[in-house]
Amino acid sequence: MAPPGKEDTNDERIPFMQRLLDNPFLLLFLGVAMPAILYLIWGIMEIIQIPVAR
Amino acid sequence: MATASDFRTCPTTGLKVHSAAENLIKANAVVAVVFLAIGGLFGLLAALTRWQAVHILPADWFYLALTAHGLDALLVWIIFFEMAVLYFASAILLNSRLAAPKVGWAAFWLMLIGALVVNVAVLQGGSSVMFTSYVPMKAAPHFYLGLIVFAVGALLGCGVFFGTLVIAKEEKTYQGSIPLVTFGAVTAAVIAVFTIASGAIILIPTFLWSIGWISNIDTLMYKLVWWAMGHSSQQINVSAHVAVWYAIAALVLGAKPISEKISRVAFLFYILFLQLASAHHLLAEPGLSSEWKIFNTSYAMYLAVLGSMIHGMTVPGSIEAAQRAKGYTKGIFEWLRKAPWGNPAFSGMFMSLVMFGFIGGISGVVLGTEQINVMMHNTLYVPGHFHGTVVAGTTLAFMAITYLVVPLIFRRHIMFPGLAKIQPYLFGIGVLGLSVFMMGAGTLGVSRRHWDISFADAALSFDYPPAAFLMMTLNGISGILAALGGLAYIVVVVASVLFGKRVEGKIELGSGAGAAVAKYGSAGTLKIPGTAVLVAVFFTCFVLYYFVNWKYLSELWPMK
Amino acid sequence: MAVTPPESRVWWKEPVAKIELTWVIIAFLWGLVMFFMMIYWHVVGEQNISNEAYRIDAETFTKKTQAMVDQHTVGQRKARNSDREVPVVAPPPGSDVYLIGRLWEWWPILQLQKGKSYRLHVASVDWQHGLSLQPVNINLQVHPGYEMVTTITPRDKGEFTVVCNEYCGIGHHLMLGKILVVD
Repeated sequence: MAPPGKEDTNDERIPFMQRLLDNPFLLLFLGVAMPAILYLIWGIMEIIQIPVAR
Repeated sequence: MATASDFRTCPTTGLKVHSAAENLIKANAVVAVVFLAIGGLFGLLAALTRWQAVHILPADWFYLALTAHGLDALLVWIIFFEMAVLYFASAILLNSRLAAPKVGWAAFWLMLIGALVVNVAVLQGGSSVMFTSYVPMKAAPHFYLGLIVFAVGALLGCGVFFGTLVIAKEEKTYQGSIPLVTFGAVTAAVIAVFTIASGAIILIPTFLWSIGWISNIDTLMYKLVWWAMGHSSQQINVSAHVAVWYAIAALVLGAKPISEKISRVAFLFYILFLQLASAHHLLAEPGLSSEWKIFNTSYAMYLAVLGSMIHGMTVPGSIEAAQRAKGYTKGIFEWLRKAPWGNPAFSGMFMSLVMFGFIGGISGVVLGTEQINVMMHNTLYVPGHFHGTVVAGTTLAFMAITYLVVPLIFRRHIMFPGLAKIQPYLFGIGVLGLSVFMMGAGTLGVSRRHWDISFADAALSFDYPPAAFLMMTLNGISGILAALGGLAYIVVVVASVLFGKRVEGKIELGSGAGAAVAKYGSAGTLKIPGTAVLVAVFFTCFVLYYFVNWKYLSELWPMK
Repeated sequence: MAVTPPESRVWWKEPVAKIELTWVIIAFLWGLVMFFMMIYWHVVGEQNISNEAYRIDAETFTKKTQAMVDQHTVGQRKARNSDREVPVVAPPPGSDVYLIGRLWEWWPILQLQKGKSYRLHVASVDWQHGLSLQPVNINLQVHPGYEMVTTITPRDKGEFTVVCNEYCGIGHHLMLGKILVVD
């Protein structure tokens, strides 16, 4: 584990991906939005568009 | 605000334990185990009924038992245990106080009341609609209401989890990033939120339909949204039990992730893509396009499967590295041979890992292939598959970590250590049989959720091949083994919690608990040849089984 | 350890061991193979799930099925436990054939010719059912309100059974139908 105080002295920028993975609420947004769009909304659009039998 | 007296320091792990979190973990774990017992009993009855020579239940009771088995074993036991995992991975592992314990208790009571209401509805007999409750088959209104109340409770629990993450960060109870196990719990909680939201979208209108306020629920729409809940809830399990694998490897063997980056990206693949696999249940439906089916069933080009395959290597890899660091370096497999096989936490975890990968994982991908699904949809292959994922994978992993939760959280020594030692093997072998024989029967065409495969009272006649009846017999025997394993678990856990010797001071969790693991795993020094062999065997099985099924498919009647 | 925060503050830049990276690449490529296999089978494979489906109400679907039965019935099959008879219908190859799933039977019995193609329309008129053709082992979900149209070509001669494999109430295990394939 990092010794206390190390955080203040080390000013190396945290890479973007690490900041993404450290942000649970951004992950929550992505984890809800992805299946909502790709699975649910796309699926609902297809069901709505099923034609009526002649 | 919690005061210092609300905390104790765990003498074994050095973690600060918030008493409110500890009490909630205890309550959720206890209720979970009670519902496992109920669900397991119904499961045994179902298996014994499908064993054609025993055929223990009459038809109406069989369908009732199967409904109750699905609800209690697949939903109630697992979600309650997952609440305990979420509180553990947040408050305890982060040395933090739990956010809003009162909300946590509200969540607990809502879930308990919801679960009881659903069980009453099912036992009253008017709601034998199976776990899936496909419309237009109608259950009693309180069946849906109980599920909704249960889901609201679970959502509150997820809120407490996220709240605790915020508090821990603000109060700087840890430095840097959250532990990997907590990250796995974040993954589970994210998927849980989507799961519960989908459940609300479909169950609330269905409830209104059951009391007559809505005249019609579209069956395809119901199935689409219901599975966003039904399948995703199993993805919560996958994330949670992978987190449990990492936790047990760390606590028992002092294992450290080979690469934080790779393991976390694997969890990110879960967050982004795992839930798309809800489409596995809609591959045989009319009206959904092949484009939608292929994209979703493959978790966007199998990226979530990639996540699982990564965990499948990094978990045994981290164990191998830890064991080698302790000096078990002879040959390729000394680290595995000399692993603590007598420790039920380890043996349960390792069997969960192997069976989830080889049985549940491979069969799941094959079953979820758009075209191959037509040979397996709604046959016993499906429950065969998910007993490999959810029972051999999740339930066994949760049983395994119980052997750590009891001494660490309940602070009781495990009673009947001899029984505890064989319990994971008994349960694991039973579940292995259940999975394999149900998949075998499914390959022979046997229908799932079916009371009488001899069709004795049907107007027309039909016989499944004799081998199918043999499979169902073996399945019944495996069910008895698994039930004995489950009973042993419940006896050990209940006895230990109620009558176990109190834990004083530091305890020994495993062969290498607390042993400082030297820095290993940097790119140059990592040596895990045993894991490489295991992974190569797995990959070979995967590829062979996958293409064998394409071969079978090509022999089917042409259809388009 | 996995239960404690990562040791270094910036763990994203830690190098990845070669063995782990190799596995990630293999697993990723294998995923692509499996993904494109499904698309490939749509191009060259003979067994694909139909994308043709329509909304249809129970009455209309029953009427269409009845019209086929009226025109092409060639015999009757007696139930083994009652006086009921089920019509055996032999529509011409290439035509539209209809199969109703209802509580608790598949109706009527279809008689098809080996090697000839038919446009098979399947729908339920009440609850959801599962069309499970045995021992061929083709399994399709059948919804009320939707008909699925599949062009199917029987490859083998003989008597085939349609089992219901979607739970549809207390008579679910009694629900059978037949497809007869002749030369």
